Amino acid sequence: MSHLKTSTRRVNTVALLGNPNSGKTTLFNSLTGLHHKVGNYPGVTVERREGRCTLPDGQEITVLDLPGTYSLHPCAPDEQITTDALLGRIGSSPPDVVVCVVDATSLERNLYVVTQVIDCHLPVVMVLTMCDLAQEREMLIDTRLLSEALGIPVLRTAAYKGEGIEHVRRALATVPQSNGNGHRWPVPQPLQHAHDRLAEMLRTDCRMTLQAASYEATSLLIAPDAVAGRIDPFDDRMRKYLRTTHERLAFLGIDPPTVFIETRYAWIRDLCATALRMQGRSDRSLTDRIDRIVTHRVWGFLLFLGVMAVVFQTIFSWATYPMELIGTGFDALGRLILDTMPPGDLRSLIVDGALAGVAGVVTFLPQIAFLFVFLGLLEDSGYMARAAFIMDKLMSKVGLHGKSFIPLLGSFACAVPGIMATRTIENPKDRLATILVAPLMSCSARLPVYSLLIAACIPPTVLLGVVSYQGLTLLVLYVTGMVMALSMAWLFKKTLLSSVPPLFIMELPPYRIPSMKTVLYLVWERVLAFLKTAGTIILGVSILLWFLATYPKNDQAAPSQRLQQSYAGQMGRAIEPLIRPLGFDWKIGIGLISSLLQREAFVSAMATIYNIADNDNRPQTATLNRAMQNDVDARTGQSTFSLATTLALLAYYMLALQCLSTVAVVHRETNGWKWPAFQFLYMTVLAYGVSFAVHRGVLLLGGS
Amino acid sequence: MMEPVALEKLSPGEQGTVATLSGLPAPARQRLQEMGVIRGTRLRFVRRAPLGDPIEIHVKGYRLMLRCTEARGIFVFREKAV
Repeated sequence: MSHLKTSTRRVNTVALLGNPNSGKTTLFNSLTGLHHKVGNYPGVTVERREGRCTLPDGQEITVLDLPGTYSLHPCAPDEQITTDALLGRIGSSPPDVVVCVVDATSLERNLYVVTQVIDCHLPVVMVLTMCDLAQEREMLIDTRLLSEALGIPVLRTAAYKGEGIEHVRRALATVPQSNGNGHRWPVPQPLQHAHDRLAEMLRTDCRMTLQAASYEATSLLIAPDAVAGRIDPFDDRMRKYLRTTHERLAFLGIDPPTVFIETRYAWIRDLCATALRMQGRSDRSLTDRIDRIVTHRVWGFLLFLGVMAVVFQTIFSWATYPMELIGTGFDALGRLILDTMPPGDLRSLIVDGALAGVAGVVTFLPQIAFLFVFLGLLEDSGYMARAAFIMDKLMSKVGLHGKSFIPLLGSFACAVPGIMATRTIENPKDRLATILVAPLMSCSARLPVYSLLIAACIPPTVLLGVVSYQGLTLLVLYVTGMVMALSMAWLFKKTLLSSVPPLFIMELPPYRIPSMKTVLYLVWERVLAFLKTAGTIILGVSILLWFLATYPKNDQAAPSQRLQQSYAGQMGRAIEPLIRPLGFDWKIGIGLISSLLQREAFVSAMATIYNIADNDNRPQTATLNRAMQNDVDARTGQSTFSLATTLALLAYYMLALQCLSTVAVVHRETNGWKWPAFQFLYMTVLAYGVSFAVHRGVLLLGGS
Repeated sequence: MMEPVALEKLSPGEQGTVATLSGLPAPARQRLQEMGVIRGTRLRFVRRAPLGDPIEIHVKGYRLMLRCTEARGIFVFREKAV
């Protein structure tokens, strides 16, 4: 290129790029503070993080945090996002500057992707992170030499301690040139001619930018089939040239990807030989000593169980205190409005619709916050990778990933934070499989329904003086839900999400003291994301459900009459033929409709139907139980809550996706309606089938 | 020169030099190469997971875990453990 400018340009967007665990996110947080938003790249489940940063000269720039990657030529199409964003193929134009984040303690491997970015003719600034750690290990890095050899600015930081961030800001304000500043890596001899020829063709025939053409020329030599779709026109001339080139290389026994990678690493090794001096021993460090315990066959598992127990305990029981507090707060607010506002439709909308909806959204926050505090600590300390290391064998039996364990465990408390926690799983198919089965784990919202129904049909007798039948039933429900989740995961991975077995090649980062700042940023980000997208959907749906349960209005009737005559009541009756085979009558139908938003709503719907509610509108369980047991279905002359019906209903609640909050979160996490719709359908069909089988089975075995 | 052996055959603490990744399907081979596991790279077998799979290796100054399926396709020249 002839027009290499020496003047500086205005920088508008900066992209951060680097290996996973390179300290990229920490740098991103330091640069942008809380001024960032999290979204999705179009059409994929990969997260897009963008923030604003103010440079020393007062200029505001956009900072993009690209997904961590080891290479710009990934073999999995899902990892293509980073490259696509870099070359401006998705979203906006290419970034004005690429900040390559390099872990100073693992210089050689980290430099690999840096040299690839330089090859793309993009302006690069290299930021070394964890320089403090490198110094501790007595690894001396000559940044001046690195900078000269690569032709790019090289800056030192210790982002964890916040050191060097100002230098980065200053460097961003004065980055030169538009067509790349770095010294490009010499394409190896046997491939150079073909590479240059292809790049030229792509530029002239396909009107590609300089950046894209040099990148795609390499891609065409590495994996021609994967690239063909991106090139337009992919004409006969190019096709022919490519074929003869590959044939010639094969004849010479040259495997292009191997040549590319090996020669690039050889080049980097030579560079490191001069720029890096190792004085101390880098391995057999503290990390190795910790790992001897953490991955021990006895201590490792005990520690893992302990950690899981704490996580579970926190979201299952400790989070209930703030949740109750929030509940009480909203109750008080509701009463205040009831006392001050004149009765009417508006008051009802505010208290029973909007306020109840907001409360329904906010009650999730403690669980989400607590779970992400733990996830942040586990991830940032390096323990998460070890958990995957020791659990992988078990989880791989059902085709899941070692990291699927925590989201599934979290789903015992609530599928909403559980599903949000799947973000730690890098492989999209593993992540999707985990999301799809997570709501099958019995969450805490099912517990009130379970207790009510178990008390209604299982006698409180004690077996062998230790276990009560009621407790046993509860256990069976939890275990069956879990078994179902694992079986469905296995099934999905075999069918729908089958692929070449995903690679399980993962770095085990060194242990470090987790940064509280990083953890809190993570929690803040997640809570905000939940409120923004899932929250609005949940609020909308709860107002809709309020409408269905309130209209058409009939103020003279008793509450139970009102509910029956409402749209929800009518819908309950309308679906009766559908749920008859399960032994459910219209009353249960109303319960099912009302609990679409949250499963617990079944209990209050039953209380309304049976006219049992105390002054605070809270169902009194004992009285409700009696009323349910005494209720006789007029048509069959049988008890409405017979053993067969109740067990079928339990099975239904165990398996059905009676939770629109989950649907809303899956919508957000999978970036579309396809997967939540599929999940809702498969779980309903599964629930219906099992419920039907249970009902028939009990009747066949002579139950009633 | 010694015959190369599959990486999986090494015992914890043993070191080796990568001879070839020819036993791996292309995506796994490319991924490992890009992470620095190329011909001539020295590595150390650190440990097996408690259940036998996956394994942890030390390479180019960092730790990497991979499943035994992958470790069977990587061949190394064994070195005497120091």
